[in-house]
Amino acid sequence: MHTLPLLATLLFAPMVAGRPAPPVDRLDLPAPVDTLVVATGGPWRTVGDAVRAAPRGAVVIVEAGTRREPTLVLDKPLTLVGRPGAVLDGEGERGLIRITADSVTVEGFTLRRTGLSYTDDRAAVLVDRARFCALRGLRLEDTFFGIYLANAGDCLVEDNTLAGASERETRSGNGIHLWYSTRVTIRNNDVRGHRDGIYFEFVEDSRILDNVSRGNVRYGLHFMFSDGCAYRRNVFSDNGAGVAVMYTSEVVMDGNDFRGNLGNAAFGLLLKDITDSEIVNNRFRANSVGIHAEGANRVRVAGNDFVGNGWAVKIMANSEDSEVTGNNFVGNSFDIATNSRRSYSAFTGNFWDRYRGYDRNGDGVGDVPFHPVRLFSLVVAQNEPALVLQRSPLVALLDLAEQVLPVLTPESLADEAPHLSPFATVWSSER
Amino acid sequence: MNTALKVFRYQVRDLARSRAIAGYAAFLLLATAGLLHFGGGPARALPSLATVVVLVVPLVSLLVSTSFVYHGNDFIELLLAHPVGRRPLFAGMYLGLALPLAAAFVLGAGIPLAVGGALASHAGAVALLGVAGVLLTTAFTSLGFLVALRVREAASGLGLALVLWLGRAVIYDGGVLLGAYGWAAYPLEVPMLVSMALNPVDVARVLVVMALDASAMMGYTGAVFQDFFGGPVGVALALACLGAWTLLPGLAARYTFVRKDF
Repeated sequence: MHTLPLLATLLFAPMVAGRPAPPVDRLDLPAPVDTLVVATGGPWRTVGDAVRAAPRGAVVIVEAGTRREPTLVLDKPLTLVGRPGAVLDGEGERGLIRITADSVTVEGFTLRRTGLSYTDDRAAVLVDRARFCALRGLRLEDTFFGIYLANAGDCLVEDNTLAGASERETRSGNGIHLWYSTRVTIRNNDVRGHRDGIYFEFVEDSRILDNVSRGNVRYGLHFMFSDGCAYRRNVFSDNGAGVAVMYTSEVVMDGNDFRGNLGNAAFGLLLKDITDSEIVNNRFRANSVGIHAEGANRVRVAGNDFVGNGWAVKIMANSEDSEVTGNNFVGNSFDIATNSRRSYSAFTGNFWDRYRGYDRNGDGVGDVPFHPVRLFSLVVAQNEPALVLQRSPLVALLDLAEQVLPVLTPESLADEAPHLSPFATVWSSER
Repeated sequence: MNTALKVFRYQVRDLARSRAIAGYAAFLLLATAGLLHFGGGPARALPSLATVVVLVVPLVSLLVSTSFVYHGNDFIELLLAHPVGRRPLFAGMYLGLALPLAAAFVLGAGIPLAVGGALASHAGAVALLGVAGVLLTTAFTSLGFLVALRVREAASGLGLALVLWLGRAVIYDGGVLLGAYGWAAYPLEVPMLVSMALNPVDVARVLVVMALDASAMMGYTGAVFQDFFGGPVGVALALACLGAWTLLPGLAARYTFVRKDF
């Protein structure tokens, strides 16, 4: 009831006053939009000319066809739309679009062949000190950096497909790269074949939602010094080293699927110096290490599925006051590994498929604690070639002896209330 | 060859009358079905089944073959009184034991896997498990023959078979673990590979683990093993090792049999 008089005042004030309206952001009636069409036989032959001639707020429509032009500089608010089949080709020599003004939208293009450069951060789309940009429905092929946002704010990167052709770390750039940016939303993109699929450094209050990042040379997501960000419902699979989240506080990691990150130094999720964060409702499946935590303090790990990993969770002794609860540990070679005889985090209230305890009062919680660190995981930590004895009857005997009478494994690292049946998680339907 | 076939047929009929083989098949059937049913799906049941196979198949093959040779001593002496070649006789007896044991294993473990759908969903791993199990059967049948023909006293022969089994299945790995600690300062990947190849139980176990438990094996060391055992060459080599464990003790047993003064 309060907004109606306000709206009326804003809309009718100009008429009443009889002079031009002061600019009212996003509430004044849409002005007639200039539309410029770039086509082979049309009024504008090159995108560059059309963009230079366009007034502020214009729409530049580019018809189908491959165009080889110098890097487009978008230095005023406008909307650049590529019709299906509109291709910008960098011929392996230059970046394609550079956005330096606020309120620019680019959509629908295929951007290809930037070539690689060791001296500048060559990207298909570079956003430099601009706000309110939207990049959507772009298809990037064979680019060095894909979408590069530096000092950007309030931007939306949505529905893009980035297909790099990287094979080596040193000869490749990142897919979606953010540097010193705030309030950016990265949504529903598909990134593959880059160095890092998505890269965040010094980013604040941003969201990474529903993306797929797979088959990248290094990390699916590389995330540093980016407080207060969240990533949800993404798929990170088959990346060289999984996902790394480092030197950050207050990160929310929710509903992601980390899978198939296999290799000597590959992790589903690497945490390094992470504080006050949440890792909830994710699935870690078939990774060499599900979560590797170093200096993870006050991190809550809850409602996740750890299925078929080599090590579900490796937690170093410099992680304090973290809480692992309500998770399912199923079919992992090792559930928990640590490098200390003491435990500084809580592991109470999970489901462990290795648990062999009983439940006399039938409340669904086991009566004897579960020690998730196996003796064999200590043996392997000290002596890696011993891994070949995996599943040997001897190892089963050693583990059993240690479970009955813990001597070497951290006695305090125990689940005092292990659940007897798996928790229902967001992944239950796929089990 | 005719003699071998006759002995083989007699042996199979004799085995069919005893309940050892049927009981073995029934045990495997129950164990596999139970693991599939209560273990929570083939992906989790198969590694457990592999552990059972690696422990039980050698034990049963050893005990059944030694006790049957002791049991059939009179029969052997009777046959040898006739103009019968010793080699065909040995071949018939050996195959008459090894094939029913292998068949019992394949049927006992295979039927629940086929019915439970694991054969369809994990064809490669199941096939590997099957081949490894059959080769373990023949290898330990060979060892059983060798023990029973070398040791005259039945009780000590069976005891030796048990010690042999315990040594191969458990104690050997303990030695390997001690060795790994003793020479921890050296690169141990290749020595470990060789030490695994020298024990048929370990060869079978590692083969199956590589196929089923791959994710833990992706560290540096794991990668060495994975490169070796995960590829077709490694699998072929491992199977060749198991084959050698069938062939060499088998030939030694035949050598003993041909020269033995019953």
